[in-house]
Amino acid sequence: MYNEKVMEAFRNPKNVGEIENCDGLGKVGNASCGDIMQITLKIENDVIVDAKFKTFGCAAAIATSSTATDMIIGLTIEEALKITNKKVVETLEGLPPQKIHCSVLAEEAIKAAIEDYQNKKNGIKVENTEEKYV
Amino acid sequence: MRRIYLDHAATTSLDKRVFEKMTPYFLDVYGNANSQHGYGRDAQKAVDTARDSIAKLIGAKPNEIYFTSGGTESDNWALRGAVKALKEKGNHVIISCIEHAAMLSTAKELEKEGVEFSYIGVDEQGFIDLEELKNAIRPNTILISCMYANNEIGTIEPISEIVKIAKEHGILVHTDAVQAMGAIDVNVATLGVDMLSFSAHKFNGPKGVGALYIKNGIPMARLISGGHQERTRRGGTTNVPGVVGFAEALRLTKESMAKDNEYVAKLRDRFVERVEKEIPFVKLNGARDFSKRLPSNADFSFEFIEGESILFSLDMDGIAVSSGSACSSGSLEPSHVLLAIGLSEEKAHGTIRFSFGKENTMEEVDYVVDTLKSTIARLREMSPLFNLKGEDKNV
Repeated sequence: MYNEKVMEAFRNPKNVGEIENCDGLGKVGNASCGDIMQITLKIENDVIVDAKFKTFGCAAAIATSSTATDMIIGLTIEEALKITNKKVVETLEGLPPQKIHCSVLAEEAIKAAIEDYQNKKNGIKVENTEEKYV
Repeated sequence: MRRIYLDHAATTSLDKRVFEKMTPYFLDVYGNANSQHGYGRDAQKAVDTARDSIAKLIGAKPNEIYFTSGGTESDNWALRGAVKALKEKGNHVIISCIEHAAMLSTAKELEKEGVEFSYIGVDEQGFIDLEELKNAIRPNTILISCMYANNEIGTIEPISEIVKIAKEHGILVHTDAVQAMGAIDVNVATLGVDMLSFSAHKFNGPKGVGALYIKNGIPMARLISGGHQERTRRGGTTNVPGVVGFAEALRLTKESMAKDNEYVAKLRDRFVERVEKEIPFVKLNGARDFSKRLPSNADFSFEFIEGESILFSLDMDGIAVSSGSACSSGSLEPSHVLLAIGLSEEKAHGTIRFSFGKENTMEEVDYVVDTLKSTIARLREMSPLFNLKGEDKNV
């Protein structure tokens, strides 16, 4: 059901982990649906210099997490916000239809992490982001 | 790459002796068993012999065995056939909530047609609640159906007790014995059920053939209309090589069942013992009393991680297992059986079924546990839930 590229990203995922004292954290999904995706970002001068993920989910969720984090490293936050789930799917050369929601989660996790960074930067306090979606 | 098959509850390999027994019925004895000429009579003879043999092995009369295309058809037929035939008597059916989809989705369809269903719950080990069952009985109840052994968690249900309750009220009993047949000494006479579904490919027989036992005198409508096959109760040209293989597989299985069960249970027991000892945060689902559990079954929930990713990780290492996770099926709902025994959705998502067979070895069991340990550790390392729970990663 999965193509070679997806299986490879699942087998050897990149950017696994959590950035300590990260500049932005996004966590989306919920355990009852079987997917939680957490992305942490290190941002310098509005450029994403590092991204890491932790994912509870299926092979497609892990593969999209790996690919999406890989795609945004080196981008400005403006560029990263333009990464859509469709682009993630294209990079993976396709996902089974019932797994497209995994790529949507990846896009949402990136956006949530960037939003968290912007909120922090602008001094907006969002309570309990850590547990928000769990 | 090395490959290890631990999904015997899904299907089994065809026994070579069964295959050899079937071969002439593909190539030489190809007549239609309903034809009147010699070709037909030869085929009919083989079908009769198979039917006699199967009947004897399960304590039935030959004319109580009706060949079908497999477990799903047998379940569909039992439910729809009884409902239709007993329409005048009532329109209420009682089934367990952990039935196979072959029963549950048929029930859902019948509900739309106006048939009423009561779904009986199970305890945390998967045993049906007999009190709830008793209380669900109404004057218009026509059928009680409960699976003999559960396909996911391996729990063996108290069918004799269900029969006892049903008989006090003159209600028919059907059991889906697809998983039980070949693993338990199934005898319809001592069990007292009115209908029983079973399928050949679960015990090293061919796919695409099964049977429904229907006790003589039970009112049953047809599911498949057609010719005069199966005492005009089930139309369709008889799958001659299939039923020959079916009978031979059941004969061979029953012949070595005690020995095979003992061996398979030993593999399973070692697996369970090692997993429980060596992998933290796991839960064995199903009956803790292994005498009330299929000898082949071990069903584990691995906390903090998702089943499909476990399945594919093991698959990449050549190990074939099955998952209770929704992600394998394409829906977002995890297994109804796991939710029925009280697992949280999160735990249900992280559940894997390992089902052993007589071809497996102890060495394979050890290899699988070793691989599983690193797989689980690797996926937990990736999981945001593992940290969230504040667990010690080095456990």
